[in-house]
Amino acid sequence: MRLAYNFDWGVLWRAPYGVWLLQGIWLTIQLGLIAWIIALVLGVILGTMRIAPWPWVRRLATAYVEVFRNVPFLVQLFFWYFAGPMLFGQTLMFKINAISGLNYYVAIVGLGLYTASRVAEHVRAGFASIARDQFQAALSTGLTEIQMYRFVIIPYALRIIIPPLTTEFLTIFKNSSVAMTIGVAETTFMTYKIDSETFHGLEATTGAMVVYLLIGLGVVKLMGMIESRFRIAGLVGRK
Amino acid sequence: MFDAVWRNLPYLLAGYWVTVKLTFFALIGGITLGILVGLGRISKRKWIYYTVTFYVNLIRNIPLILVIFWFYFVMPIIVGRPMDPFPSAVISFIIFEATYFGEILRAGYQSVSRDLIQAAYSTGMTYWQTTRYILVPIAFRRMLPSMITQSIVTYQDTSLAFVIGLPELVRRTSIVDGLEVRSIQLFGFVAVVFFITCYLGSIVSRRFEVQKERGF
Repeated sequence: MRLAYNFDWGVLWRAPYGVWLLQGIWLTIQLGLIAWIIALVLGVILGTMRIAPWPWVRRLATAYVEVFRNVPFLVQLFFWYFAGPMLFGQTLMFKINAISGLNYYVAIVGLGLYTASRVAEHVRAGFASIARDQFQAALSTGLTEIQMYRFVIIPYALRIIIPPLTTEFLTIFKNSSVAMTIGVAETTFMTYKIDSETFHGLEATTGAMVVYLLIGLGVVKLMGMIESRFRIAGLVGRK
Repeated sequence: MFDAVWRNLPYLLAGYWVTVKLTFFALIGGITLGILVGLGRISKRKWIYYTVTFYVNLIRNIPLILVIFWFYFVMPIIVGRPMDPFPSAVISFIIFEATYFGEILRAGYQSVSRDLIQAAYSTGMTYWQTTRYILVPIAFRRMLPSMITQSIVTYQDTSLAFVIGLPELVRRTSIVDGLEVRSIQLFGFVAVVFFITCYLGSIVSRRFEVQKERGF
Protein backbone atom coordinates (compact mmCIF):
# COMPACT_ATOMS: atom_id res chain seq x y z
CA MET A 1 0.00 0.00 0.00
CA ARG A 2 1.36 3.37 -1.00
CA LEU A 3 -0.09 6.59 0.24
CA ALA A 4 -0.10 8.70 -2.89
CA TYR A 5 -1.37 11.76 -1.12
CA ASN A 6 0.32 14.96 -0.09
CA PHE A 7 -1.33 16.45 2.93
CA ASP A 8 -1.91 20.18 2.72
CA TRP A 9 -3.28 21.42 6.00
CA GLY A 10 -2.92 24.96 4.74
CA VAL A 11 -6.44 24.73 3.26
CA LEU A 12 -7.70 25.26 6.78
CA TRP A 13 -6.36 28.82 7.05
CA ARG A 14 -5.02 29.93 3.68
CA ALA A 15 -7.08 32.66 1.95
CA PRO A 16 -9.85 32.36 0.98
CA TYR A 17 -10.47 28.92 2.53
CA GLY A 18 -9.88 29.94 6.12
CA VAL A 19 -12.45 32.72 5.81
CA TRP A 20 -14.90 30.29 4.20
CA LEU A 21 -14.57 27.96 7.16
CA LEU A 22 -15.08 30.79 9.63
CA GLN A 23 -18.19 31.94 7.74
CA GLY A 24 -19.41 28.35 7.78
CA ILE A 25 -18.86 28.02 11.52
CA TRP A 26 -20.74 31.29 12.13
CA LEU A 27 -23.70 29.98 10.08
CA THR A 28 -23.66 26.62 11.92
CA ILE A 29 -23.87 28.48 15.24
CA GLN A 30 -26.71 30.70 13.97
CA LEU A 31 -28.67 27.74 12.60
CA GLY A 32 -28.25 25.76 15.81
CA LEU A 33 -29.13 28.58 18.20
CA ILE A 34 -32.14 30.05 16.39
CA ALA A 35 -33.59 26.62 15.55
CA TRP A 36 -33.06 25.63 19.19
CA ILE A 37 -35.24 28.51 20.38
CA ILE A 38 -38.03 27.42 18.01
CA ALA A 39 -37.61 23.79 19.05
CA LEU A 40 -37.67 24.60 22.75
CA VAL A 41 -40.78 26.81 22.65
CA LEU A 42 -42.73 24.53 20.31
CA GLY A 43 -41.46 21.38 22.03
CA VAL A 44 -42.62 22.52 25.46
CA ILE A 45 -46.05 23.45 24.04
CA LEU A 46 -46.40 20.10 22.25
CA GLY A 47 -45.11 18.12 25.23
CA THR A 48 -47.65 19.84 27.48
CA MET A 49 -50.40 19.23 24.91
CA ARG A 50 -49.63 15.50 25.11
CA ILE A 51 -50.84 15.38 28.71
CA ALA A 52 -53.77 17.78 28.22
CA PRO A 53 -57.16 16.71 29.60
CA TRP A 54 -58.78 17.05 26.13
CA PRO A 55 -58.31 13.98 23.92
CA TRP A 56 -58.23 15.89 20.59
CA VAL A 57 -55.43 18.16 21.83
CA ARG A 58 -53.44 15.09 22.87
CA ARG A 59 -54.09 13.44 19.50
CA LEU A 60 -52.98 16.53 17.60
CA ALA A 61 -49.67 16.67 19.48
CA THR A 62 -49.15 12.92 19.11
CA ALA A 63 -49.77 13.14 15.36
CA TYR A 64 -47.21 15.96 15.08
CA VAL A 65 -44.57 13.99 16.97
CA GLU A 66 -45.18 10.79 14.98
CA VAL A 67 -45.01 12.53 11.60
CA PHE A 68 -41.84 14.49 12.37
CA ARG A 69 -40.05 11.56 13.99
CA ASN A 70 -40.85 9.02 11.30
CA VAL A 71 -39.71 11.00 8.26
CA PRO A 72 -35.95 11.54 7.73
CA PHE A 73 -34.90 15.13 8.39
CA LEU A 74 -33.38 15.39 4.90
CA VAL A 75 -36.75 14.54 3.33
CA GLN A 76 -38.50 17.10 5.55
CA LEU A 77 -36.01 19.76 4.52
CA PHE A 78 -36.47 18.98 0.82
CA PHE A 79 -40.21 19.02 1.24
CA TRP A 80 -40.24 22.44 2.92
CA TYR A 81 -37.72 23.90 0.49
CA PHE A 82 -38.96 22.54 -2.84
CA ALA A 83 -42.62 21.73 -2.19
CA GLY A 84 -43.30 24.29 0.54
CA PRO A 85 -43.61 27.37 -1.71
CA MET A 86 -45.85 25.39 -4.13
CA LEU A 87 -48.37 24.85 -1.35
CA PHE A 88 -49.23 28.56 -1.48
CA GLY A 89 -50.37 28.53 -5.13
CA GLN A 90 -48.81 29.93 -8.30
CA THR A 91 -48.64 33.69 -7.63
CA LEU A 92 -47.37 33.47 -4.07
CA MET A 93 -44.93 30.71 -5.03
CA PHE A 94 -42.93 33.01 -7.30
CA LYS A 95 -42.82 35.68 -4.62
CA ILE A 96 -41.63 33.19 -2.00
CA ASN A 97 -39.00 31.69 -4.30
CA ALA A 98 -37.70 35.20 -4.99
CA ILE A 99 -36.85 35.79 -1.31
CA SER A 100 -33.09 35.99 -1.02
CA GLY A 101 -31.64 33.54 1.50
CA LEU A 102 -34.81 31.45 1.43
CA ASN A 103 -32.81 28.26 2.03
CA TYR A 104 -31.38 29.78 5.23
CA TYR A 105 -34.83 30.51 6.65
CA VAL A 106 -36.20 27.14 5.54
CA ALA A 107 -33.25 25.38 7.20
CA ILE A 108 -33.80 27.20 10.50
CA VAL A 109 -37.56 26.62 10.59
CA GLY A 110 -37.24 23.02 9.32
CA LEU A 111 -34.60 22.20 11.90
CA GLY A 112 -36.69 23.84 14.62
CA LEU A 113 -39.88 21.97 13.68
CA TYR A 114 -38.01 18.64 13.52
CA THR A 115 -36.20 19.09 16.83
CA ALA A 116 -39.44 20.26 18.49
CA SER A 117 -40.87 16.76 18.04
CA ARG A 118 -37.88 15.31 19.90
CA VAL A 119 -38.01 17.95 22.65
CA ALA A 120 -41.74 17.24 23.04
CA GLU A 121 -40.99 13.60 23.81
CA HIS A 122 -38.54 14.57 26.55
CA VAL A 123 -40.99 17.09 28.00
CA ARG A 124 -43.71 14.44 28.11
CA ALA A 125 -41.32 12.01 29.81
CA GLY A 126 -40.44 14.78 32.28
CA PHE A 127 -44.12 15.26 33.16
CA ALA A 128 -44.57 11.52 33.50
CA SER A 129 -41.76 11.40 36.05
CA ILE A 130 -43.47 13.94 38.36
CA ALA A 131 -45.39 12.22 41.14
CA ARG A 132 -49.20 12.59 41.20
CA ASP A 133 -48.92 14.02 44.73
CA GLN A 134 -47.14 17.04 43.32
CA PHE A 135 -50.17 17.92 41.20
CA GLN A 136 -52.55 17.51 44.12
CA ALA A 137 -50.28 19.47 46.45
CA ALA A 138 -50.21 22.35 43.96
CA LEU A 139 -54.00 22.35 43.63
CA SER A 140 -54.51 22.13 47.38
CA THR A 141 -52.60 25.40 47.87
CA GLY A 142 -55.39 27.09 45.90
CA LEU A 143 -53.68 27.33 42.51
CA THR A 144 -55.89 26.97 39.46
CA GLU A 145 -55.15 24.25 36.90
CA ILE A 146 -53.33 26.72 34.59
CA GLN A 147 -51.37 28.22 37.48
CA MET A 148 -50.39 24.74 38.62
CA TYR A 149 -48.79 24.03 35.24
CA ARG A 150 -47.30 27.50 34.90
CA PHE A 151 -45.71 27.78 38.35
CA VAL A 152 -45.18 24.21 39.55
CA ILE A 153 -45.28 21.45 36.97
CA ILE A 154 -43.57 23.04 33.94
CA PRO A 155 -40.66 24.62 35.86
CA TYR A 156 -40.18 21.30 37.66
CA ALA A 157 -40.33 19.18 34.50
CA LEU A 158 -37.97 21.49 32.62
CA ARG A 159 -35.31 21.01 35.29
CA ILE A 160 -35.69 17.25 35.27
CA ILE A 161 -35.18 17.10 31.52
CA ILE A 162 -32.06 19.28 31.34
CA PRO A 163 -29.74 16.27 30.75
CA PRO A 164 -31.75 14.85 27.78
CA LEU A 165 -32.17 18.40 26.45
CA THR A 166 -28.39 18.76 26.51
CA THR A 167 -28.22 15.80 24.14
CA GLU A 168 -30.82 17.41 21.86
CA PHE A 169 -28.96 20.71 21.91
CA LEU A 170 -25.82 18.84 20.78
CA THR A 171 -27.83 17.01 18.13
CA ILE A 172 -29.26 20.22 16.67
CA PHE A 173 -25.76 21.46 15.77
CA LYS A 174 -24.96 18.08 14.22
CA ASN A 175 -28.25 18.04 12.30
CA SER A 176 -27.67 21.58 11.05
CA SER A 177 -25.09 20.03 8.70
CA VAL A 178 -27.99 18.58 6.69
CA ALA A 179 -28.82 22.17 5.64
CA MET A 180 -25.91 21.95 3.19
CA THR A 181 -28.12 19.82 0.93
CA ILE A 182 -30.30 22.86 0.21
CA GLY A 183 -27.25 25.04 -0.27
CA VAL A 184 -26.88 26.71 3.12
CA ALA A 185 -23.16 27.49 3.34
CA GLU A 186 -22.54 26.18 6.85
CA THR A 187 -19.41 24.35 8.04
CA THR A 188 -19.94 21.04 6.22
CA PHE A 189 -20.93 22.85 3.03
CA MET A 190 -17.71 24.85 3.18
CA THR A 191 -15.55 21.72 3.56
CA TYR A 192 -17.21 20.34 0.43
CA LYS A 193 -16.62 23.64 -1.36
CA ILE A 194 -12.96 23.62 -0.32
CA ASP A 195 -12.69 20.06 -1.62
CA SER A 196 -14.12 20.96 -5.01
CA GLU A 197 -11.58 23.79 -5.34
CA THR A 198 -8.48 22.16 -3.91
CA PHE A 199 -9.13 18.37 -3.78
CA HIS A 200 -8.09 18.56 -0.14
CA GLY A 201 -11.46 17.62 1.33
CA LEU A 202 -9.83 15.23 3.78
CA GLU A 203 -8.01 18.02 5.61
CA ALA A 204 -11.07 20.27 5.44
CA THR A 205 -13.44 17.62 6.86
CA THR A 206 -10.93 16.71 9.56
CA GLY A 207 -10.78 20.38 10.52
CA ALA A 208 -14.58 20.54 10.55
CA MET A 209 -14.68 17.53 12.90
CA VAL A 210 -12.59 19.50 15.39
CA VAL A 211 -14.99 22.44 14.98
CA TYR A 212 -18.02 20.26 15.80
CA LEU A 213 -16.20 18.73 18.77
CA LEU A 214 -15.45 22.22 20.12
CA ILE A 215 -19.08 23.33 19.62
CA GLY A 216 -20.13 20.15 21.45
CA LEU A 217 -17.78 20.91 24.33
CA GLY A 218 -19.16 24.44 24.51
CA VAL A 219 -22.73 23.17 24.69
CA VAL A 220 -21.90 20.64 27.42
CA LYS A 221 -20.16 23.38 29.43
CA LEU A 222 -23.08 25.80 29.02
CA MET A 223 -25.73 23.23 29.89
CA GLY A 224 -23.67 22.09 32.88
CA MET A 225 -23.75 25.68 34.17
CA ILE A 226 -27.50 25.94 33.58
CA GLU A 227 -28.04 22.62 35.31
CA SER A 228 -26.15 23.57 38.46
CA ARG A 229 -27.80 27.02 38.48
CA PHE A 230 -31.32 25.55 38.35
CA ARG A 231 -30.78 22.41 40.38
CA ILE A 232 -33.85 21.37 42.35
CA ALA A 233 -33.01 21.60 46.04
CA GLY A 234 -32.94 18.18 47.68
CA LEU A 235 -32.55 16.22 44.46
CA VAL A 236 -29.29 14.50 43.69
CA GLY A 237 -27.98 16.07 40.51
CA ARG A 238 -24.96 15.45 38.37
CA LYS A 239 -21.70 16.84 39.63
CA MET B 1 -52.53 13.43 -8.47
CA PHE B 2 -49.57 11.06 -8.34
CA ASP B 3 -48.85 11.11 -12.06
CA ALA B 4 -45.16 12.04 -11.76
CA VAL B 5 -44.59 9.36 -9.11
CA TRP B 6 -46.43 6.81 -11.23
CA ARG B 7 -44.45 7.61 -14.41
CA ASN B 8 -41.12 7.20 -12.60
CA LEU B 9 -42.10 4.40 -10.26
CA PRO B 10 -39.60 1.76 -11.54
CA TYR B 11 -36.76 4.27 -11.23
CA LEU B 12 -37.85 5.31 -7.71
CA LEU B 13 -38.35 1.71 -6.58
CA ALA B 14 -34.84 0.84 -7.76
CA GLY B 15 -33.70 3.70 -5.52
CA TYR B 16 -35.68 2.28 -2.62
CA TRP B 17 -33.91 -1.04 -3.17
CA VAL B 18 -30.57 0.78 -2.76
CA THR B 19 -31.90 2.30 0.48
CA VAL B 20 -32.93 -1.15 1.75
CA LYS B 21 -29.58 -2.71 0.80
CA LEU B 22 -27.63 0.08 2.47
CA THR B 23 -29.79 -0.26 5.62
CA PHE B 24 -29.22 -4.02 5.64
CA PHE B 25 -25.43 -3.82 5.39
CA ALA B 26 -25.29 -0.90 7.83
CA LEU B 27 -27.28 -2.89 10.41
CA ILE B 28 -25.38 -6.18 10.01
CA GLY B 29 -22.03 -4.41 10.16
CA GLY B 30 -23.08 -1.82 12.71
CA ILE B 31 -24.46 -4.36 15.20
CA THR B 32 -21.48 -6.72 14.75
CA LEU B 33 -18.96 -3.93 15.33
CA GLY B 34 -21.32 -2.56 17.99
CA ILE B 35 -20.98 -5.80 19.98
CA LEU B 36 -17.19 -5.33 19.97
CA VAL B 37 -17.63 -1.67 20.96
CA GLY B 38 -19.97 -2.67 23.79
CA LEU B 39 -17.48 -5.27 25.03
CA GLY B 40 -14.68 -2.72 24.79
CA ARG B 41 -16.68 -0.23 26.87
CA ILE B 42 -17.03 -2.74 29.74
CA SER B 43 -13.50 -4.07 29.37
CA LYS B 44 -11.30 -4.08 32.46
CA ARG B 45 -8.19 -3.63 30.33
CA LYS B 46 -7.53 0.09 30.52
CA TRP B 47 -6.05 0.54 27.05
CA ILE B 48 -8.99 -1.21 25.36
CA TYR B 49 -11.49 0.79 27.41
CA TYR B 50 -9.85 4.16 26.71
CA THR B 51 -9.31 3.47 23.01
CA VAL B 52 -12.93 2.40 22.47
CA THR B 53 -14.29 5.22 24.64
CA PHE B 54 -12.29 7.75 22.61
CA TYR B 55 -13.67 6.30 19.37
CA VAL B 56 -17.26 6.34 20.66
CA ASN B 57 -17.10 9.89 22.02
CA LEU B 58 -15.41 11.17 18.88
CA ILE B 59 -17.92 9.70 16.43
CA ARG B 60 -21.00 10.51 18.49
CA ASN B 61 -20.12 14.20 18.53
CA ILE B 62 -19.67 14.52 14.78
CA PRO B 63 -22.48 14.91 12.22
CA LEU B 64 -23.08 11.77 10.15
CA ILE B 65 -22.73 13.76 6.91
CA LEU B 66 -19.21 14.70 7.90
CA VAL B 67 -18.34 11.05 8.62
CA ILE B 68 -19.75 10.08 5.21
CA PHE B 69 -17.65 12.78 3.53
CA TRP B 70 -14.55 11.89 5.50
CA PHE B 71 -14.65 8.26 4.43
CA TYR B 72 -15.49 9.30 0.89
CA PHE B 73 -12.29 11.36 0.86
CA VAL B 74 -10.09 8.94 2.79
CA MET B 75 -11.03 5.64 1.12
CA PRO B 76 -9.47 6.46 -2.29
CA ILE B 77 -6.23 7.28 -0.50
CA ILE B 78 -6.23 3.93 1.32
CA VAL B 79 -7.39 1.86 -1.64
CA GLY B 80 -5.37 3.80 -4.18
CA ARG B 81 -8.16 4.39 -6.67
CA PRO B 82 -11.51 6.20 -6.77
CA MET B 83 -14.22 4.37 -4.83
CA ASP B 84 -17.92 3.87 -5.59
CA PRO B 85 -20.32 5.72 -3.28
CA PHE B 86 -22.03 2.51 -2.12
CA PRO B 87 -19.12 0.68 -0.41
CA SER B 88 -17.90 4.02 0.91
CA ALA B 89 -21.35 4.73 2.39
CA VAL B 90 -21.58 1.22 3.89
CA ILE B 91 -18.22 1.67 5.64
CA SER B 92 -19.12 5.09 7.05
CA PHE B 93 -22.49 3.83 8.31
CA ILE B 94 -20.92 0.79 10.00
CA ILE B 95 -18.31 2.97 11.73
CA PHE B 96 -20.97 5.52 12.75
CA GLU B 97 -23.87 3.29 13.85
CA ALA B 98 -21.59 0.86 15.73
CA THR B 99 -20.97 3.55 18.35
CA TYR B 100 -24.71 3.93 18.94
CA PHE B 101 -25.39 0.19 19.01
CA GLY B 102 -22.36 -0.31 21.25
CA GLU B 103 -23.72 2.14 23.83
CA ILE B 104 -27.15 0.44 23.79
CA LEU B 105 -25.52 -2.95 24.35
CA ARG B 106 -23.37 -1.59 27.17
CA ALA B 107 -26.40 0.00 28.87
CA GLY B 108 -28.33 -3.27 28.51
CA TYR B 109 -25.50 -5.23 30.09
CA GLN B 110 -25.08 -2.76 32.94
CA SER B 111 -28.84 -2.73 33.64
CA VAL B 112 -28.72 -6.33 34.88
CA SER B 113 -28.27 -6.13 38.61
CA ARG B 114 -25.12 -7.65 40.15
CA ASP B 115 -27.28 -9.34 42.80
CA LEU B 116 -28.99 -11.37 40.12
CA ILE B 117 -25.64 -12.58 38.80
CA GLN B 118 -24.51 -13.41 42.35
CA ALA B 119 -27.75 -15.31 42.91
CA ALA B 120 -27.15 -17.32 39.73
CA TYR B 121 -23.65 -18.22 40.90
CA SER B 122 -24.95 -19.22 44.30
CA THR B 123 -27.28 -21.77 42.72
CA GLY B 124 -24.15 -23.44 41.38
CA MET B 125 -24.28 -22.11 37.83
CA THR B 126 -20.96 -21.67 36.06
CA TYR B 127 -19.81 -18.42 34.47
CA TRP B 128 -20.95 -19.53 31.01
CA GLN B 129 -24.30 -20.83 32.27
CA THR B 130 -24.92 -17.54 34.06
CA THR B 131 -24.09 -15.64 30.90
CA ARG B 132 -26.11 -17.94 28.68
CA TYR B 133 -29.26 -18.33 30.81
CA ILE B 134 -29.39 -15.20 32.98
CA LEU B 135 -27.33 -12.27 31.72
CA VAL B 136 -27.89 -12.46 27.96
CA PRO B 137 -31.67 -13.19 27.97
CA ILE B 138 -32.44 -10.39 30.44
CA ALA B 139 -30.09 -7.84 28.89
CA PHE B 140 -31.37 -8.72 25.43
CA ARG B 141 -35.00 -8.21 26.40
CA ARG B 142 -34.16 -4.85 27.95
CA MET B 143 -32.23 -3.50 25.01
CA LEU B 144 -34.44 -4.84 22.23
CA PRO B 145 -36.72 -1.74 22.03
CA SER B 146 -33.71 0.60 21.81
CA MET B 147 -32.08 -1.66 19.22
CA ILE B 148 -35.21 -1.50 17.05
CA THR B 149 -35.45 2.28 17.48
CA GLN B 150 -31.80 2.69 16.51
CA SER B 151 -32.39 0.45 13.48
CA ILE B 152 -35.20 2.76 12.39
CA VAL B 153 -32.87 5.74 12.87
CA THR B 154 -30.23 3.98 10.75
CA TYR B 155 -32.82 3.38 8.04
CA GLN B 156 -33.72 7.09 8.06
CA ASP B 157 -30.04 8.07 8.14
CA THR B 158 -29.31 6.22 4.90
CA SER B 159 -30.96 9.16 3.12
CA LEU B 160 -27.86 11.20 4.00
CA ALA B 161 -25.79 9.10 1.56
CA PHE B 162 -27.44 11.54 -0.85
CA VAL B 163 -24.48 13.87 -0.33
CA ILE B 164 -21.93 11.58 -2.01
CA GLY B 165 -24.25 10.93 -4.94
CA LEU B 166 -25.51 7.49 -3.98
CA PRO B 167 -28.64 6.95 -6.12
CA GLU B 168 -30.92 5.91 -3.25
CA LEU B 169 -34.57 6.89 -2.89
CA VAL B 170 -34.12 10.55 -1.93
CA ARG B 171 -31.37 11.20 -4.51
CA ARG B 172 -33.48 9.66 -7.26
CA THR B 173 -36.52 11.62 -6.15
CA SER B 174 -34.62 14.88 -6.37
CA ILE B 175 -33.32 13.88 -9.83
CA VAL B 176 -36.90 13.14 -10.97
CA ASP B 177 -38.06 16.40 -9.39
CA GLY B 178 -35.44 18.27 -11.39
CA LEU B 179 -37.10 17.01 -14.58
CA GLU B 180 -40.76 16.95 -13.58
CA VAL B 181 -40.97 19.81 -11.04
CA ARG B 182 -43.71 18.06 -9.08
CA SER B 183 -42.15 18.62 -5.68
CA ILE B 184 -45.28 18.23 -3.55
CA GLN B 185 -46.23 14.78 -4.79
CA LEU B 186 -42.64 13.52 -5.22
CA PHE B 187 -41.29 14.51 -1.83
CA GLY B 188 -44.70 13.79 -0.33
CA PHE B 189 -44.39 10.26 -1.71
CA VAL B 190 -40.93 9.76 -0.16
CA ALA B 191 -42.20 11.13 3.14
CA VAL B 192 -45.15 8.73 3.10
CA VAL B 193 -42.91 5.74 2.26
CA PHE B 194 -40.61 6.55 5.17
CA PHE B 195 -43.47 7.41 7.50
CA ILE B 196 -45.35 4.12 6.97
CA THR B 197 -42.26 1.91 7.28
CA CYS B 198 -40.88 3.75 10.32
CA TYR B 199 -44.27 3.93 12.02
CA LEU B 200 -44.73 0.16 11.66
CA GLY B 201 -41.24 -0.28 13.10
CA SER B 202 -42.05 1.92 16.08
CA ILE B 203 -45.19 -0.11 16.80
CA VAL B 204 -43.06 -3.28 16.93
CA SER B 205 -40.61 -1.48 19.20
CA ARG B 206 -43.42 -0.40 21.54
CA ARG B 207 -44.71 -3.98 21.81
CA PHE B 208 -41.33 -5.12 23.06
CA GLU B 209 -41.27 -2.11 25.38
CA VAL B 210 -44.42 -3.47 27.08
CA GLN B 211 -42.88 -6.94 27.31
CA LYS B 212 -39.76 -5.43 28.84
CA GLU B 213 -41.76 -3.83 31.61
CA ARG B 214 -43.42 -7.12 32.42
CA GLY B 215 -40.12 -8.97 32.78
CA PHE B 216 -37.75 -8.09 35.60
